[in-house]
Amino acid sequence: MTSITTQTITFKVFRFNTETDYLPAYKEYRMEVTSEEVVLDILNRIKWEFDGSFSYRRSCRHGICGACAVKVNGKGVLACKERMNDIIELFGNELTIEPVSIKRAVKDMIVDKADFWQKHDAVKPYLISDIDEHPKQESLVTPEQAEALLEADLCIQCGLCHYSCPAIEENDDFFGPAAFAAAYRFNADVRDEGTLERLDVVNQMGAGVWDCVKCFECAEVCPKEVNPIEKITKLHNQAFEFGRAPNNVAVRHAVGFAHSIKKHGLLDEGELVRYSEGNLGVLKHVPVAIKMYKKGKIVLPWNMPKSDKLDEIKKLVKISSTVKF
Amino acid sequence: MEKLKYALFTGCTAKESTPEQLMSTYAVADKLGIELIELTEASCCGASHLQDYDDFLSLVLNARNICYAESRGLTMVTICNTCQLNTAMTKHRLDNNESLKARVNEKLAEVGLEYKGDSEITHFLYAIIDDFGLDKIKEMVVKPLSQFNIAPFYGCHNIRPSELAGGDNPYNPTSLDDLIIACGGENVDYEEKNKCCGFHAELQSPNTAARLTGKALMGALDQNADWMVTPCPLCHLKLDTQYDHASHAVGRDVKMPVLHMQQMLGLALGCTVDELGLKHHVSDVTFI
Ligand code: SF4
Ligand code: SF4
Ligand code: FES
Repeated sequence: MTSITTQTITFKVFRFNTETDYLPAYKEYRMEVTSEEVVLDILNRIKWEFDGSFSYRRSCRHGICGACAVKVNGKGVLACKERMNDIIELFGNELTIEPVSIKRAVKDMIVDKADFWQKHDAVKPYLISDIDEHPKQESLVTPEQAEALLEADLCIQCGLCHYSCPAIEENDDFFGPAAFAAAYRFNADVRDEGTLERLDVVNQMGAGVWDCVKCFECAEVCPKEVNPIEKITKLHNQAFEFGRAPNNVAVRHAVGFAHSIKKHGLLDEGELVRYSEGNLGVLKHVPVAIKMYKKGKIVLPWNMPKSDKLDEIKKLVKISSTVKF
Repeated sequence: MEKLKYALFTGCTAKESTPEQLMSTYAVADKLGIELIELTEASCCGASHLQDYDDFLSLVLNARNICYAESRGLTMVTICNTCQLNTAMTKHRLDNNESLKARVNEKLAEVGLEYKGDSEITHFLYAIIDDFGLDKIKEMVVKPLSQFNIAPFYGCHNIRPSELAGGDNPYNPTSLDDLIIACGGENVDYEEKNKCCGFHAELQSPNTAARLTGKALMGALDQNADWMVTPCPLCHLKLDTQYDHASHAVGRDVKMPVLHMQQMLGLALGCTVDELGLKHHVSDVTFI
């Protein structure tokens, strides 16, 4: 067994009470931290040893209730799972502890998660199905069918992905990774009949999957390895598979890659923008395009480079395509 | 040391809107004595968008690209974060799923190819750091960048998801910082260095994209950076050409010179401004 070691750590902790404070403040606490502790132990010790009014949520202490989510030096963690040793190794011995969303802070680590739940609700995260009130037998799901959920059902709704998502940070309408993972979880369920309804919800511009910036923050932060962006990709795929993809700039942008690859092997950047935006919409990109052209950053159509062995690519596009738009 | 040799997957951007990136890649490889064999047969990787439309097609095309590195018996080197992730993700999925690999190979067989999975895929940044070595870089620096505060901008697909990335911790990456230091520069620490530039939602979600670009540039400016450096041509395009939208989105002028990591290294190694394609920038880089 490795022996227990101790280090002195300085914590800067976000303190704020909506009812009494005009602005938040960062208070400093120094303490000896042992290699055995997790972040939740530190939160407890701040409360017990320094300030009884310090507030945070926790319940299960086993990484399953999702209540204890906080951020340490910007990294979203479940306080009860995250070992102090790992955090110290990563960031050193000055650590900042903050709620998962500063703009939604209510008291210290406690945030108002109303937006998270509203967005969850919006994607209809429940089985939609006409089930006989007195079925003759139970609704069986085979192991293979259960696997199709890709473990989206492991989500504990801790909100870490939601509050690490830059698209949510900038766009209040965006449903966010956890809601999309939930939408996929039910769309992939063989007993469910709500796929089309849900696809229409998640394909809205502004709120839906097309506004994801593909940063993979959600995949990285999730303590349950739900990999929300993988489910976002699946929802995109379902939109085409079920003929639910709207004909708009975002959808044409994805489809445009296939057109371009078929023609040149490589991407025709200019044509992708024109095809996605339409002949009128493309005009708003002209000012930037002119600046780029002057610096030799625009390839004119007749100079468009092509991949060698283009016939091979054309053939593969032809025989491997699985959807149409 | 044996001469390093890689199969270079250029991606599309380096052949079109960031020609300076390809030029500087070759210039730097030349100085370091790294041999790059260009995969001229390669197609577009789908840039994280093709798989939204047709995931299987995207797998087949990326597997085909890897086949050409395999047939040359070389490790594939990428110079774009998104090419790197798409290719590495394809490899990861095929190497861990026999039936998927078989389905992909069934298609590839029709053009006489087979994906085996025996070529590694790495970003040029990590090839330089892990295979070539920063100590040797330090010895070769002839023009240390000591008068500059340089802000590293890592780009998402180079660091996330970490199990497919080159070894940086996405919450505290260090590779690009280390390269700046090796070139003699001062590395600038700022909050947005490991955040998203917004490139992939530029058409679909222009406000979000412009805000993210603006915040990144603002973060670097506020920490007194003279310029920014990135290993990704897509981040570069966003940060170098879209400063008008970005400035508008954050309500402040955030124009700042942005260099490719190859250009920064090339400057330190004594490459000329022409070799590094420095005239192809939209944000002024005449400070050099
Ligand atoms: S990948 Fe998309 S959903 Fe996930 S955190 Fe980034 S923007 Fe949000
Ligand atoms: S997907 Fe993961 S990070 Fe997001 S709410 Fe569910 S468990 Fe938490
Ligand atoms: S206390 Fe329940 S997940 Fe941490």
